[in-house]
Amino acid sequence: MTGIYLSCAFLISGLLLFNRNRALKNMLVIAFVLLQIGFTIYEYLHINTIELTYFTADSLGVLLLITLCIISIPAFYHSYVYLGTKQDNPKHTAIYFAAMIALLTSISAAYLSNHIAVTWIFVELTTLSASALIYHRRNNRSLEGTWKYVFVCAISITLVFIGILFLSFSLPKAGTDDLSFSNLLNKARELNAFWLRLAFIFIFTGFTAKLGLVPMYTAGIDAKDKAPSPAGALLSSVLMNVGFVGIFRSYIVTVNSSIHQWASHVIIIAALLSIFVATVYMTKVKNIKRMFAYSSIEHAGIIMLGLAAGGVGNYAAILHIVLHSFIKSSLFFQQGQIYRIYQSKSIYDAGNYFKYNVTGSIVMLLAFFFATAMPPSGLFISEFMIFRSLFESNYLWILIVVMFLLTIIIWSFGKNIFKLLFTPAVDFKEEGVKKINPFESLSQFILLGLVVYLGLIPPQQFVTLIQETIKNIPH
Amino acid sequence: MTNVLLIIFTISLLYLSIAHRLITYIKILAFQGVLLFGIAFIELIEINAINLTFVLFETIAVKAIVIPLFMNYTMKRNRITRDAEPFVPNFVSLIIITLIIIATFVLSNSITDTRISKIYFVVALSTLFAGLYIIVTRSKIITHIIGYLVIENGVFILSVALGNEMPVLVNLGILLDIFASIFLLGVFANRIGDVLKDVDVDQLKNLKD
Repeated sequence: MTGIYLSCAFLISGLLLFNRNRALKNMLVIAFVLLQIGFTIYEYLHINTIELTYFTADSLGVLLLITLCIISIPAFYHSYVYLGTKQDNPKHTAIYFAAMIALLTSISAAYLSNHIAVTWIFVELTTLSASALIYHRRNNRSLEGTWKYVFVCAISITLVFIGILFLSFSLPKAGTDDLSFSNLLNKARELNAFWLRLAFIFIFTGFTAKLGLVPMYTAGIDAKDKAPSPAGALLSSVLMNVGFVGIFRSYIVTVNSSIHQWASHVIIIAALLSIFVATVYMTKVKNIKRMFAYSSIEHAGIIMLGLAAGGVGNYAAILHIVLHSFIKSSLFFQQGQIYRIYQSKSIYDAGNYFKYNVTGSIVMLLAFFFATAMPPSGLFISEFMIFRSLFESNYLWILIVVMFLLTIIIWSFGKNIFKLLFTPAVDFKEEGVKKINPFESLSQFILLGLVVYLGLIPPQQFVTLIQETIKNIPH
Repeated sequence: MTNVLLIIFTISLLYLSIAHRLITYIKILAFQGVLLFGIAFIELIEINAINLTFVLFETIAVKAIVIPLFMNYTMKRNRITRDAEPFVPNFVSLIIITLIIIATFVLSNSITDTRISKIYFVVALSTLFAGLYIIVTRSKIITHIIGYLVIENGVFILSVALGNEMPVLVNLGILLDIFASIFLLGVFANRIGDVLKDVDVDQLKNLKD
């Protein structure tokens, strides 16, 4: 099925690239959505079967694949809305949809691959397709964003490759099939500690470009800012999860080896610095989209802290990354409507949003509460568990620092959101304001509803998937 | 023989740190491509013929001829001024690159594994850091690409060290090499040059907070 999915999806993407017919385009997009749904259901039903030697639908892959499937449907819907308002030329629209489908396909393949080199290839493909999306507006600034993204991702993908080379040095005796994650996990105790350390450092640094952690987070911020908002939603949710998958799978190998403690400390340092950087920028950022992007950095840091603290934190980290994807994508979808009203992303030009779009304002207010982990958000549960695991594993000072930084983040996030919602904007002309159809916010309500549902009363299947994912981490 | 080639390769890094004109950088890149051809030929002679041909073709044709020619064309097309415009004096650069090489020597002392010879590790890692150093200390976008290509050469040396056991990884590295350099150069030559005149990273500083 993976083979059929990959070939069909890349075929659809290729056809869209050369197709200029509107009706055919819609049919192809719908065909892809159906294919994606079918593929997700198939993989869920055939969990842990190996396909094409290099793909295994393990529980983490399936969990994130379902997340991707849920987010991709509103992403396509909002893309139609976005492109409809811009009257773009057919060629740019064709490239946009082809790139988006290629992005979703390579992300799905990266989730499911069981071999680190295959993951690496598909991560490289995500860079290629994401850069086409970022360049969609074709002006100086989007060019700048694209260039930075491509360059930083090219360097980080090289770092991951060096990590893979070191990983193969660490094996007692190398052979071609030996770099699959399951094999590495089996041999974790025999791996050479020196090479494994180097490998982990390089792989971790490389994947931080996708996940959005210090040191490689910078390119992602510009990319999420310059990409059209539906594409930004994908970049800051499902594409982040690709980075997480890469780090998580190599982290599982290291926690079962002799360098467990050391790897946790590396992760804690990166996570703390990320939360700190996010705090500093959140207090001064004036661009709404960039603010959301920095909030993603903060959440990536929290997720990594949960992973490093261990215990209940492992469970919470997986829960957190799924819920964060839903919240952050709905924030980005909603941002598209804000831009249509104010024609600006700056917080200075926006204001009094309740007056112009009541439904959208409610989404914004709810999503703000959810993103800052206030109850009834599911993030409250996961963040609480992460804090508990930090406390239990004697990282008390780290917990205090993180809580202090999070308070500042909530304050600055709230300041900007309340300015957007209630304070009237200076020099804003009301005449030409477009009416926004309330129906466009429906998908955001569904996503936010899912966050409450999965956080407070998680279905048994969901809990089982998460527990299966973390079963290889020693307690 | 490989050791001699690897040492010449390291010396080329020192020359890279004091080079002034862009054309010198491009010539060094081409020269490094020839050196890599020699290293790969001696080291990988035992792997199967098709694979070997592919590797050798990539080093001699792509690294030593196509990429330098294409960069030369890009420079002419975009009328890039010929100076590399480093932020730091060449003397300092020379010292820093020397320090990088010494540091990797020290680090390599902690290797207890006999499977990989230390000289590969030293040369590859110092090439990697030298490439990163060139990226951060030169102001033109094209010098960023040159720095990236230097990093790629380092990665290639590292993958050759393991080439006899895992030829797949060498091929993957080549894939990365071709893909990334075409991609970077393509974006650079087709887009940035058309939109911005006299390409300098200073013009790419609008996105910030």
